[in-house]
Amino acid sequence: MSPQEESDCPRFDQAHSFSSSDRRISALVRHLTVPTHASPMDSISAAPTSAFGTADSVFAHVVQAPEDPILGVTVAYNKDPSPNKLNLGVGAYRTEEGKPLVLNVVRRAEQQLVNDRSRVKEYLPIIGLAEFNKLSAKLIFGAESPAILENRVTTVQCLSGTGSLRVGAEFLARHYHERTIYIPVPTWGNHPKVFTLGGLSVKTYRYYDPATRGLNFQGLLEDLGSAPSGAIVLLHACAHNPTGVDPTLEQWEQIRQLMRSKGLLPFFDSAYQGFASGRLDADAQSIRMFVADGGECLVAQSYAKNMGLYGERVGAFSIVCKSADVARRVESQLKLVIRPMYSNPPIHGASIVATILRDRDMYNEWTVELKAMADRIISMRHELFDALRARGTPGDWSHIIKQIGMFTFTGLNSEQVAFMTKEYHIYMTSDGRISMAGLSSRTVPHLADAIHAAVTRMG
Amino acid sequence: MASSMLSLASTSPSSSLSLSDNWKVKTKIGGFGNAFVKTKSFGRTTMAVALNVSRFEGITMAPPDPILGVSEAFRADTNDLKLNLGVGAYRTEELQPYVLNVVKKAENLMLERGENKEYLPIEGLAAFNNVTAQLLFGADNPVIQQGKVATVQGLSGTGSLRLAAALIERYFPGAKVLISSPTWGNHKNIFNDARVPWSEYRYYDPKTVGLDFNGMIDDIKAAPEGSFILLHGCAHNPTGIDPTLEQWEKIADVIQEKNHIPFFDVAYQGFASGSLDEDAASVRLFAARGMELLVAQSYSKNLGLYAERIGAINVVCSSSDAAARVKSQLKRIARPMYSNPPVHGARIVANIVGDPALFKEWKDEMELMAGRIKGVRQKLFNSLSAKDKSGKDWSFILKQIGMFSFTGLNKSQSDNMTNKWHVYMTKDGRISLAGLSLAKCEYLADAIIDSYHNVS
Repeated sequence: MSPQEESDCPRFDQAHSFSSSDRRISALVRHLTVPTHASPMDSISAAPTSAFGTADSVFAHVVQAPEDPILGVTVAYNKDPSPNKLNLGVGAYRTEEGKPLVLNVVRRAEQQLVNDRSRVKEYLPIIGLAEFNKLSAKLIFGAESPAILENRVTTVQCLSGTGSLRVGAEFLARHYHERTIYIPVPTWGNHPKVFTLGGLSVKTYRYYDPATRGLNFQGLLEDLGSAPSGAIVLLHACAHNPTGVDPTLEQWEQIRQLMRSKGLLPFFDSAYQGFASGRLDADAQSIRMFVADGGECLVAQSYAKNMGLYGERVGAFSIVCKSADVARRVESQLKLVIRPMYSNPPIHGASIVATILRDRDMYNEWTVELKAMADRIISMRHELFDALRARGTPGDWSHIIKQIGMFTFTGLNSEQVAFMTKEYHIYMTSDGRISMAGLSSRTVPHLADAIHAAVTRMG
Repeated sequence: MASSMLSLASTSPSSSLSLSDNWKVKTKIGGFGNAFVKTKSFGRTTMAVALNVSRFEGITMAPPDPILGVSEAFRADTNDLKLNLGVGAYRTEELQPYVLNVVKKAENLMLERGENKEYLPIEGLAAFNNVTAQLLFGADNPVIQQGKVATVQGLSGTGSLRLAAALIERYFPGAKVLISSPTWGNHKNIFNDARVPWSEYRYYDPKTVGLDFNGMIDDIKAAPEGSFILLHGCAHNPTGIDPTLEQWEKIADVIQEKNHIPFFDVAYQGFASGSLDEDAASVRLFAARGMELLVAQSYSKNLGLYAERIGAINVVCSSSDAAARVKSQLKRIARPMYSNPPVHGARIVANIVGDPALFKEWKDEMELMAGRIKGVRQKLFNSLSAKDKSGKDWSFILKQIGMFSFTGLNKSQSDNMTNKWHVYMTKDGRISLAGLSLAKCEYLADAIIDSYHNVS
């Protein structure tokens, strides 16, 4: 936890109750006396309407939170007036012209939906649009998956990847005997908070090897091997975020065997199906291997990237169970997690997905558009690699073309990143992750110049 | 116990099982997905039994949601006379779901413009947040002019309540929320899951089928200082009984006296009286006193956007600085829950409320919907009064306001409504008048009279 997070969750030692103003003043005093992150204190003391002056606000003790480290990159980018600025922060696909993209097939589906006079906006069931759920399960597990045919899969519509992970975490915290989840180092910045607030405790397993810029497979096996039996393990199904480093199929098989022998529970995060290799089935192989052995697993599935439905918040959470009876009971308990969170999920995005997945032509059109996006990203990788080689930038940059998916883990450190932002107006997360989806042939030279300068001037 | 079992298991050759092995071979030790084993026994039979058991075997079937489960039961009923008065979703006289014309217009406009589907900021669509605060407080309200309102787009009413509950849990640990008795069934679930303690204040008086005002005031007074008082802004759910403006003033008095924090749930703005401004009177009354308050607000009913999940949490603070800080912390709660909210419903609202012509059109449709419900109330009252010879006073039906009516029927009587008459409602005696047509009023009156008099 950052100092910010530690300081602004006031917890009181006393078990007995005391007045509300006592509570608020106590919290305030803790902020004032405990050395905390600089900016929140500044914002309290400096503002004329700060807590000192207006202790009558019940929110006097609420400090300003820092911007989210990933989404905050876009906030900072938006503020920058430079015409050369480049946003390589959040993983949202951009065209060669640097514009957001709504897939043609999505527009078609939307047109159909809006023009359909028989459509209504009645509440979806708590677990969402039934057809969407079925089609999503088929997409990730394969239409002929025995688990599906045997009704052993429960799938519930959730708010994209984040919502699926959160619902899964809350469910496990309530119903599973092991409350520890192992996450890879590094992982998506939001993972630890999602799981912690969902009620799980978070531990890590080695994943990325900075020396090779590849997978620390030995470390991974050791750490999972020493995890307590039954522990939950978060696995990125493909296109690991932020590193772009994926296990090979042989390595996945070893991981599977190890996990099954230790009774570790797999929890897959699938945010890039179709984006890694350009092929939907290939990108689901890791998950399908686990399902094929008859064991149980959880899967959080997002359509944000592969259907470009980011803001519609469409995703699905599935649990593959041992039996249909367990699947039914599990589903009923998932409803109890969802109902007090948001009652039922939003209809628009899920309807678009169902429209596309159920129609042979639209599905094919989608796969073509998806492959085009994946291919453009791969070509950006090659262009950036070539540009760095042409500049003679010191270092081995082959990881740019070896890594998979939307992101490249450049290996740049936070000072170099800060330099690139300040001098070249390049926005990226401080861990050195860049979104290749935000690059174009036009902007690659600028990025290559920036990387070159950062590496040569800041070592 | 489980780990020692598995260490025994892992010495077997089966730990190198490959995909081609038949996973149905149950006798092998080790293998897949061993459930935690509660038994201490190391017996051979218990080991074998434990092996292919699901890790989730111990999970029980949860009961259906008391409100949403009603619609499920209704759908399963094949009787022609069946009537769904369960969930509060507006129906036309023909008992069909209704998509407002103004919503269709907005959606067509959005399609024509070809807007993108980029992530919204964590706090939602700025235009939506602005018009929402204006709708609630009035555009010229000082709290808006002075930037004292933190508005964050939420997943309709439920999602907005949940964000607020999480804020309370984090920043007001130990503080209680007082909820009315009765209240919407999901309120307690939200606070339970958010780990916010709650207790009830008296509200409904079964003797008068009206407001137990003294009980309400007493209970609010008795609550520990600095409690959050959950108030229904208008059209109380499930009772349909609202305080008068004079009563609201007294409620505000006692809340101020005890340094409580008012927490409004506004799910029916426009649906109670037909006027958006009139229905916001309670909230504006409190804001006018300079009080800090929370308002969870939903467009599910008044714009018929149920499934789009569009609403907001508004926090009125005593300074713009506080509002900014509160907003930043609400974002920190939303990010690990769903990252950012869905764009579609927010754009529909922003387009309608932000455009004078569409806004006017909305107000007209709103009046029609509220008007239909008032008409149905009148007809139901007339039917009951005509058919019931006992002299019972049914006028509470006319006095209640909004989508729902609290009939005063108890659980057995409500069950009779369903089992004998195929009228689906919630067990607390609540009927949704939005699901009633003029044509069905007589039938419903018969059912109510029978259940009230012949069942105890």
